[in-house]
Formats: sequence, structure tokens, C-alpha cells
Amino acid sequence: MKNRSLISINDFSKEEHLKILELAAEFEKDSRQQILTKHVIASLFFEPSTRTRLSFESAISMLGGHIVGFTDASSTSVKKGESLRDTIKTVSNYADLIVMRHPFDGSARFASEVADVPIINAGDGSNQHPTQTLLDLYSIQQTQNTLENLTIGFVGDLKYGRTVHSLLMALSNFNCKFHFVAPSFLQIPEQYQMFLKNKGLEFHTLSNIHDVIPDVDILYMTRIQRERFSDPSEYEKVKDSYELKRDDLSTSKDNMQVLHPLPRVNEINIDVDDSGKGYYFQQALNGVYVRQAIVSLILGLKK
Amino acid sequence: MKELRVSAIEKGTVIDHIPAKSVMKVVKILDLENSENTVLIGANLDSKKLVKKGIIKVSNKFFKAHEINKISLVAPEASLTIIKNFDVKEKTIVKVPKQISGIVKCRNSKCITNHENIETVFNVDTDCESLKLKCKYCEKVMEKDEIEFS
Ligand SMILES: [Zn+2]
Repeated sequence: MKNRSLISINDFSKEEHLKILELAAEFEKDSRQQILTKHVIASLFFEPSTRTRLSFESAISMLGGHIVGFTDASSTSVKKGESLRDTIKTVSNYADLIVMRHPFDGSARFASEVADVPIINAGDGSNQHPTQTLLDLYSIQQTQNTLENLTIGFVGDLKYGRTVHSLLMALSNFNCKFHFVAPSFLQIPEQYQMFLKNKGLEFHTLSNIHDVIPDVDILYMTRIQRERFSDPSEYEKVKDSYELKRDDLSTSKDNMQVLHPLPRVNEINIDVDDSGKGYYFQQALNGVYVRQAIVSLILGLKK
Repeated sequence: MKELRVSAIEKGTVIDHIPAKSVMKVVKILDLENSENTVLIGANLDSKKLVKKGIIKVSNKFFKAHEINKISLVAPEASLTIIKNFDVKEKTIVKVPKQISGIVKCRNSKCITNHENIETVFNVDTDCESLKLKCKYCEKVMEKDEIEFS
């Protein structure tokens, strides 16, 4: 993976995904290895995303790396009308690697074509967020001790949820079975259903979360935004069925864990947090180890 | 029908076997209305192959690869005949390329190609019944009917 950019989850193979997870486990044991002390990493956040940015910057700082960049483009020459091409070309001279977040779809792919250094996509519009997918994969593996033959329930806004789409693509390499739980107009898009059909993988589309809880190893919750509903009474109807409470988990399997890309609003009640089933805060921490793994592989500091 | 064929031009290109409903699209994408060359357009002609077809003849004009690529997107079955000295010099059937660069606009308004001076690139999927274009940058897929030329 040395010197390669990570733009889309499919840029790396299943074996490479597993390599990243293996190295992330090494960083989970020792996240303060001083291997980045000679490197400068640019963190370019053209739109604010505090969570992702802090996770990257924490990952890099713990390894002794130096960070330059900006946390939102309004204070930079971008505001004066500088093109993305010129910003990336310039910053390429200052850093060994660029982590970037940008509001436009495809911006990271374009940046990787004009940059002289590798790019890690930290989210390009509604398109891709591959490091999120890899930390989700890592979290599933850590809780289940495997990625193979699992049953995964996805709940919430499955139509627009970019994290769901990427994770689905990545998990399709591991013979998993899927339950998609969403109101009909937020169900998983046809193209992903076709993709799973073509791969011969089993999946079901449902609207009630209680129907899947006893069956799944992982319950991956996402946020449903009230604004998505044109009819407020429709929202009131589904609202309750997507608010996970501790009692709902009484029928779940022992190994079952709840994941969420965060931030949550009200789709997971706080009484789930210490039920032994809520893994989402550990999941966020896992993002640090996974990002340490990705950065060190791309810089060639680990093999 | 006969006299509409190659006899009329000394040199130039005949685009034949255009699906009837696509004739005007071909005129538009090649900007033939603003061409200085003589252009003959035949629409709704009887055809064994297509039932109804169109033919466009352009004098003194030999199309470049990127123009032929455009034709292929709206009339994938079209044939091109190059005429020199009233003679058929070359006859080719257009082929849809695997990748289209620069001539199509991405319809995703949030795509970086619509905000920065970037040549668009689309990967062409012809496996499915109708042609589909996938933007190399934003990864969104466009159907044939959604194609807009830049
Ligand atoms: Zn695009």
C-alpha cells in the first residue's frame, strides 16, 4: 500500500483490508509507537468535521507525527478563490501525506491525480469515507472475532447513508447475511440490492427493528432525520420503532453488539450505553488505531 | 431514396443507420447547424435494419475520434462512410468506447467536475441493456437519457 492513495473503499482489496485490520490490532496494543517523528502530515478540512479530524489528528500525534493544515476553508486562500488543484499542488510540497475532507463528490480522486504525495479521503461530499468503513470493519471483527458468515442488521436511513453503502460493499467479501430495516422510502437503493443478488448473498428488507434483533450479530444503527419526511405524521409513526432501548435487546444473541457511526440523536437510548451491548464509543476509539494503521502503511513505515 | 445516398457529395462523411429519433440529437451534438459545410439531413427513411432511420451527409468533413465518440453515445449502431472523389474510401461502424473523456457533463451538481476546471471522465458500461456512464470522480451513474454534452 506504500505511496498509494485511499479514495474509495474498493481501491483496496479484501486482503489489504485485512492487513489494515491486523495492523490496527497492533496499534490497539501500543498506540504510542514513535514512528512518525520525521513526517509531516497535512490535514485539509475544506468543510468542518470535528469528529473525523480529531480522530486523524489524534492518531498522528500519538505516533509523534507533525500536522499542518486547516480545520475549515473559510480562513484560507480557498476563500479568495484558489482552486483545489492549486491548493493541493502547493500543500504537496509541504507534507508527506494529505488527509482531506471536502464538500464536493469526487474531490479526493481529483486531488490524488494532481498531488505528488498520497491522499487519504476523509470524506468527499456524499460519496466516500473509506476510513470510516475500515473502522467499522475493525469494530465488527473485534466484537465477533471474525468477519465471515455474520448476520448484520442495518437500521435507519439506508437510502442516503454513505457509511451503510460502503460497509455493505466491504462486507460482501465475507459471505455475510443482511437485514435492512428502514421506512420504505429510505430503504437500501436498488443498485445495492442488485449488487448483493449478483454476488449471491442473502438479504431481507424490513420495516420493524424488533423482527431482526434476535437474528443479528451486529446491529448497525444510523440516524433518521426528521427532515427526510414530507409528512410529519409518518415520522411520528416510525420514530418509536427506530428508537433502540435497553429492553429491546433482551431477545438478542449473547454476542450481539450495537454499532453507530455517531453522532447519535435519539435513535439509541442512553440506557443502552452500559448494557454491555453498546459498542459505539469503543468503535469511535477504534478509528484512531485504524487510521494509525492506514497512515503507517501508506508511508511505508509498516509492512 | 437512391439519390439521397452518396452521389451528392464529392468528399465528406455519410452517417447512416441513425435511429430515427436520434437524427436531430446527432445534428445537435456535432453542432452541424453552425457548420460551414453543406449538410444534408434525411429523417424517417425506411430501413430494413432499423425500420425507420436517419442519414446525415456532411461535405468536406471528416470526423475526429471525440466526435465519433459523441455519435456513438446517441446512435450506437450508426455507420460512417468516408467519401473522397465520389468514391467510398472507408466504411466503419461506430463503437462505444470504454471510457469517454471531456465531452459529457456530469449531472451530479455536487460533483467536483462541475466546480473546478477538470476534464470529465466516464467509464462506459455496455453490459446492461441500455448504456450507462459512471463518473470517475463522484462515482455516480448516469443513464443514456440523462447524458448532457459539454
Ligand atoms: Zn461526477
